[in-house]
Amino acid sequence: MKFLRSTALAALLGAAAVGASAEETLIVGTVNTPSNLNGAIQSGIATAMVSTQIFASPLRYDANWNPQPYLAESWETSEDGLTVTLHLVEGATFHDGTPVTAEDVAFSIETVKENHPFTTMLAPVTSVDTPDDRTVVIHLSHPHPALLLAMSPVFLPVLPEHIYGEGPIRENPANLAPIGSGPFKFVEYTKGEVIRLEKNEDFFLEGYPKLDKVIFQIFSDEPNLTLAMERGDVDYAPFLSDVRTIQRLDKAEGVSITTEGGDGIGPINWLAFNTKRAPYDDKRVRQAIGYAINKDFYLNRLLGGYAHDQTGPIINSSPLSTDDVNHYDFDLAKAEELLDEAGLVPDADGTRFTMVVDYSPGSVDTGRNFVEYLRSQLRQIGIDVEARPSPDFPTWAQRVGNWDFDVTQDAVFNWGDPVIGVNRTYMSDNIRKGVIWSNTQQYSNPKVDELLTAAATETDPAKRAALYAEFQKIVVEDAPVIFLSDLPYTEAYKDGLEGLPTTIWGPAAPWDQMHWAE
Amino acid sequence: MPPLMSRFLSFAGLLLAVVVLNFLLIQLAPGDPVSVIVGEMGGASEEVIAAMRAEYGLDKPVVVQLAIYIGKILTGNFGFSYYFREPVLTLILDRLPATIILVMASVLISVTLGTLMGIYSARRPRGILSHLVTIFSLAGYSAPVFWTGLMLLILFASTFPIFPVSGMTNVRGTDGVVAHMLDVAHHLVLPAVTLASIYIALYSRLARASMLDVLGADYIRTARAKGLSERRVIYGHALRNGLIPVVTMVGLQMGQLMAGAVLVETVFNWPGLGRLAYESILRRDYPTLLAILFFSAMLVMVANILTDLAYARIDPRIGTRRRKRRGAKT
Repeated sequence: MKFLRSTALAALLGAAAVGASAEETLIVGTVNTPSNLNGAIQSGIATAMVSTQIFASPLRYDANWNPQPYLAESWETSEDGLTVTLHLVEGATFHDGTPVTAEDVAFSIETVKENHPFTTMLAPVTSVDTPDDRTVVIHLSHPHPALLLAMSPVFLPVLPEHIYGEGPIRENPANLAPIGSGPFKFVEYTKGEVIRLEKNEDFFLEGYPKLDKVIFQIFSDEPNLTLAMERGDVDYAPFLSDVRTIQRLDKAEGVSITTEGGDGIGPINWLAFNTKRAPYDDKRVRQAIGYAINKDFYLNRLLGGYAHDQTGPIINSSPLSTDDVNHYDFDLAKAEELLDEAGLVPDADGTRFTMVVDYSPGSVDTGRNFVEYLRSQLRQIGIDVEARPSPDFPTWAQRVGNWDFDVTQDAVFNWGDPVIGVNRTYMSDNIRKGVIWSNTQQYSNPKVDELLTAAATETDPAKRAALYAEFQKIVVEDAPVIFLSDLPYTEAYKDGLEGLPTTIWGPAAPWDQMHWAE
Repeated sequence: MPPLMSRFLSFAGLLLAVVVLNFLLIQLAPGDPVSVIVGEMGGASEEVIAAMRAEYGLDKPVVVQLAIYIGKILTGNFGFSYYFREPVLTLILDRLPATIILVMASVLISVTLGTLMGIYSARRPRGILSHLVTIFSLAGYSAPVFWTGLMLLILFASTFPIFPVSGMTNVRGTDGVVAHMLDVAHHLVLPAVTLASIYIALYSRLARASMLDVLGADYIRTARAKGLSERRVIYGHALRNGLIPVVTMVGLQMGQLMAGAVLVETVFNWPGLGRLAYESILRRDYPTLLAILFFSAMLVMVANILTDLAYARIDPRIGTRRRKRRGAKT
């Protein structure tokens, strides 16, 4: 009934009865409220999910980490790796009808370099030339293999200069009513409630997008969204991570789930130590805690089998990840041995020391429940766990950012290339007080700094992978962080929805292929 | 000082107190709006963070920030939301209608149902139904409002999908004004009943006590002696006086209704000020939160004035005398 396409029937039933289902509409349910819709100045999945529908970018990626043409039909990197040239497609226009030119791309690269929070993405860009309307030449201070990933929709929306070049970009009203050249046009955003997009009839990829309308409905919490999805009010719910939500929707009538795609986002869930605070300044103590965690129980019981194992600082699904690291196989005896070696002997009632554990608010599964599990688990090796909940995100961020913690559970994202999302956690020059998701562990290892610096400019893929492999081995051994799992990001969708975004950027990429089965 | 003038001054003083107190309270919460925005971004460099703090004036001492803020409010400038970078007034005006609809519907439901139940149990204080009413309304009063909301959701939106789960309208859209109004009404039932559930008990007890009081009065005996029907006695003579405490209570409950709205709107995803207030706290969006509190305080004060006026309508004897007495108390 829902997706009657037959106009004859529709006429019989009267327009009111079919309402909007005569056209292809997609209702997207989300619990994220984007503060603005311009991915050039705002990172994060809340903004990206919408921004990548409205703005096109030079490149896009497939599911196997290969760059694909998008606004750039071809591109080449010079021998010395210091210039990258993009050749733009012909006939692409912005939603206001103006053509997309090389100047717009150059302007966008400069805007992202100036304003995007991930400064490492475009830091080596020294200048951008536009010899003609369809050619963009990017000059680099040193080879920068991460540049191509930085050309993805999630990082480099191509902005019309005539709209965003006026005045300070952060105050531009077009951030909340964007104009791009992507598959969907912006219609309206009722803050914290609904975002409406409609088909861009002049999209430069012939025959796309398939959907006529995309409507984001913002929910106050996942249980509410789950109910709406079960009832069929919502067609698509991306980036779900709550295990109970996923389990319920997995069983729901007429709803399917998928975890395919999104490897580029690489959300790693971990336990991080304040390595400047005793006894966590002793590597053996950190390792002992790693050995005391039963991964099998954690992944299959606590997280219901929806999350994947994670063994190092680079997401396991990345081609740069290596399996040749210590896996910290569950071993309580070994954990006790390490604690003995570190001189932490049990007192009369068997307690070695008390560990205060923080956790990022928001997820019950990876947060509170995990800490409860840790309490019972570490009790067995003589460590008393004291949970310290935070009422909300800013409270937790304040504590961890200012190094006011022993140990915290956290989830940090890779964002495709290690230069973008990995280096920040381990480089000693990124130990910055008051900055959340900097190197808050205050971990410092000159060898690691050296490896990461070398890998950032290494253009030979095999050599680069070898450098990262060595880095992973060292970090896992030093254990400033105990790697637990990925976040079980899952998409729930109504049966009949096809062409889901399953590339490395998952739902944070254009939805031009999505459509309802005939 | 003329009464109107003094009233206006106390009004302004109270509003100022609301602004200052809330401003300082929210500053006590750990973290600031920049930490939230950076959180949503998934991290940022020191420079980006410092630039944002400077842009919002968060690098200045709190006292200076407060002075600047009050100065702006005096000129009617409520500033920009830190989170959305949009004028706070725009955000609030977008949300205000939804809250007004919700609060008014709840008042209507709770006063009507509460009063009817009260009258009924005043007349038959020992009837089975009276006891049922008492139990039911006490349960509504005692249960946490978000729990009541969730139960209603599970029952009437999930198990028996009679009502929608969330929001104020069907996002798929409706055709025409009538359809739209019906759609809103359909979405309104559960949240309004939830919010009303707290007050039904209150008003029914109040109406009952006050009716019992009034029904024993001489003029009621006179009315009955005149041979008026019981109906005329109750609804024509007794109710007018019996309603006075109920009306007072509605005025006094206005502030609490706003607080209840925060929870109800969050449970039912109702796009009102309550939810915006709650989210603004989580986002440390100072300007938005302060403006909502400012307008809520104003709304409560206006409700109190309206209560006074309603008094005079119901009972002409209550006029300035009563107001003076109340003024002395507060």
